[in-house]
Amino acid sequence: MSQAQGKQGSFGGVQARATNATMNETRIAIQDLDFFYGSNRALKSIKLDFPDKQVTGMIGPSGCGKSTLLRVLNRMYDLYPGQRATGQVMMDGENIIDPSMDLNSLRARIGMVFQKPTPFPMTIYDNIAFGVKLHERLSKAEMDERVEWSLTRGALWEEVKDRLTTSAMGLSGGQQQRLCIARTIAVRPEVILFDEPTSALDPISTLKIEELIDELKHDFTIAIVTHNMQQAARCADQVAFFYLGEMVEVAPAGQMFTAPKQKRTQEYITGRFG
Amino acid sequence: MSEAVPEHLVKSYDQELNKLRNLMTEMGGIVENQVALAAEAILHRDAAAATRAVEEDPKADALEREIEAFAIRLLALRQPVASDLRHIVAALKITGDIERIGDYAANVAKRSIVLSQFNTPFSLAGLAHMATLVQGQLKSIIDALGDNDADKAVEVWRSDQVVDDIYNAIFRELITYMMEDPRNITPCTHLLFIAKNLERIGDHATNIAENLYYAVKGESLPETRPKGDTSAYAVVRPRE
Amino acid sequence: MSATTAAAGTVPGPAKNQRVALALGRRRHRTNLIVKALCVLATLIGLVLLASILITLIYLGGSGLTLNIFTSVTKPPGSNGGLLNAILGTLIQTSIGTIIGTPIGLMVGTYLAEYGRNSALANAIRFVSDVLLSAPSILIGLFIYEICVEPFGGFSGIAGCLALAVIVIPIVVRTTEDMLQLIPPSLREAAVALGAPKWKMIVLICYRAAMDGIVTGVLLAVARIAGETAPLLFTSLGNSSALGSLTTPMSSLPVTIYQYAGSAFEDWVQLAWVGALLITIGVLATNILARFALRGGR
Repeated sequence: MSQAQGKQGSFGGVQARATNATMNETRIAIQDLDFFYGSNRALKSIKLDFPDKQVTGMIGPSGCGKSTLLRVLNRMYDLYPGQRATGQVMMDGENIIDPSMDLNSLRARIGMVFQKPTPFPMTIYDNIAFGVKLHERLSKAEMDERVEWSLTRGALWEEVKDRLTTSAMGLSGGQQQRLCIARTIAVRPEVILFDEPTSALDPISTLKIEELIDELKHDFTIAIVTHNMQQAARCADQVAFFYLGEMVEVAPAGQMFTAPKQKRTQEYITGRFG
Repeated sequence: MSEAVPEHLVKSYDQELNKLRNLMTEMGGIVENQVALAAEAILHRDAAAATRAVEEDPKADALEREIEAFAIRLLALRQPVASDLRHIVAALKITGDIERIGDYAANVAKRSIVLSQFNTPFSLAGLAHMATLVQGQLKSIIDALGDNDADKAVEVWRSDQVVDDIYNAIFRELITYMMEDPRNITPCTHLLFIAKNLERIGDHATNIAENLYYAVKGESLPETRPKGDTSAYAVVRPRE
Repeated sequence: MSATTAAAGTVPGPAKNQRVALALGRRRHRTNLIVKALCVLATLIGLVLLASILITLIYLGGSGLTLNIFTSVTKPPGSNGGLLNAILGTLIQTSIGTIIGTPIGLMVGTYLAEYGRNSALANAIRFVSDVLLSAPSILIGLFIYEICVEPFGGFSGIAGCLALAVIVIPIVVRTTEDMLQLIPPSLREAAVALGAPKWKMIVLICYRAAMDGIVTGVLLAVARIAGETAPLLFTSLGNSSALGSLTTPMSSLPVTIYQYAGSAFEDWVQLAWVGALLITIGVLATNILARFALRGGR
């Protein structure tokens, strides 16, 4: 008596979170990346694409290399001798890890938000203006506008608009992290990297920042490293699972958390190891 | 009456829950239409209506698969708890009930095509009344689904008693007709099945009401629903 | 240790003896009291010594504190002289010594913390700086004598400033390096991640974050050199009648005290006590200021 189509696995046909996941162009393409701490090979032949204006989540157990990979994207490892990367990380036709890359302008295009909120020891206004002044010359009125725009998009304007000239150190933890996000978007990057942005915050602040990331992805490409898988499930459009320096699997979030293809991914996600 | 609940901090979560609810009411609408067309087909011998009722069924089935997949995805990606979890799990169950209602309506429509070949000298008033009641139940519960209205769900839950009473009466009536004239047996048997299908539609509407009540309130309706279908024990003795 | 192998609630070992536990407790209590008493005694000794110095200073120096001290220069005994030139001399030499020594110390400290870190050169510089920190100040005076007084044929104020600057440098180096190292790497990375070149990260972010500590260090250096006598003996020598200048011998409080205290003249001895009191008050005030600068900035 049942209809011809029948019930062919009702759990199939999972929609991608973004409507045009496969149609977005790639903003950053990692091709065959290796990373070394001294002689220790921490990343092995990584190949991963970051689609434009989408959130890519990176998960995996401690020491799997996900933070290392994130810090390759804005050449943060350059600060520390003994760390080096080989391979190609392409953005707009240029190789990011090529020594001839201009680091200051690269970092203006790829911003980073760290795990620990790091407000500079100055006023809230100066915190936002700091990054902008490094790259642009704006009049006072233009800078005021940019500060307001950044704080509004960082979901902080309403709370601080009356005390822009007070020290940033007086803000709460969640507010400080949103300040750091506002500071990063003030220079109008194309990509924003989040390195475990909410692991130091309480649950409500965490949710506010996840909502913020939801909104930011309309204008920025986002990569987020998190040791909290559920956060990757909530926020990311595509998720990459890393283990011992290798990328095991990358898939749209819906598929990754309902039917991952690799056995190791399934074991990690269900908490059977790690 | 649905209570005012603050929104989630993450707006896309609210949007997804709304989408789930909208998909269910859309499926409910399709199935309501199927039942209406099936009733048309029987009571007015409308073959075109019967065909349309059957054609709508694949649409309902496709929506059921979509809703299930979406609900599973929500469970995986949002880790819902409390009322969010109850609503999503209820959606999985309710969508099955709605799909069965659609199937019953299609069956009724198919039988009406066969029935139209027969002469039925007796009145179908009881059946018409039953169809009206069941359609009313269905509309109420689909509306309640869209509004998260637990009170309306309770009303629908209670109203099944009346439908069961009518079914019992029709059952006896049809047996009487069959005893009177053997030529009535074929149409009356089809009519029996049709009546049973309508009664089952009412039962499924009640199931939806129970699931909706649990989703909204967090507790179940009492075990003993007023079940009035005594046809299992009905005996009609022939007049000597 | 599953519940099925041991009887419920028992822990291996002998049962707890209540009397032994109490006796041990009493012994602990006694030891605690004895140690506490010794700590209090030690503190009292320190306080008594400090108090006696201050009381002596205030008593002997305070009685000679008149307006004349601040208005007339040092004169021969019996001429009702003051300490004006000595006071001014100390202020000038201390200020210039700080102005010369602080930037050098700041840059060396920055190099050690930000650029050299653990390289061989950085370690060598750090070692030398630490040695200089605790070197006898008379040696520093002699060194400046050899390069600044001998060749030019005479004592001068600037030689005194240089000697004081050499004392300031290692203090500021140590403080700067320590304060900069306290800054968490995440703050530096945050600045660099915005596209700041290294020098801007250091000047605009690190210095601001470490400013409290660095200022405290400078103030402590000032307090130290205000009372130094030995290096000045070989460099600016002191001037018994006038202020002097940067190119001629310049007077200073510590040297004047040195000259007056050992003399046979009563009014000179009195002036020495007054001078000692003034230096003590100055150093105390600077230290208290440094402490508040550290706390207020938090």
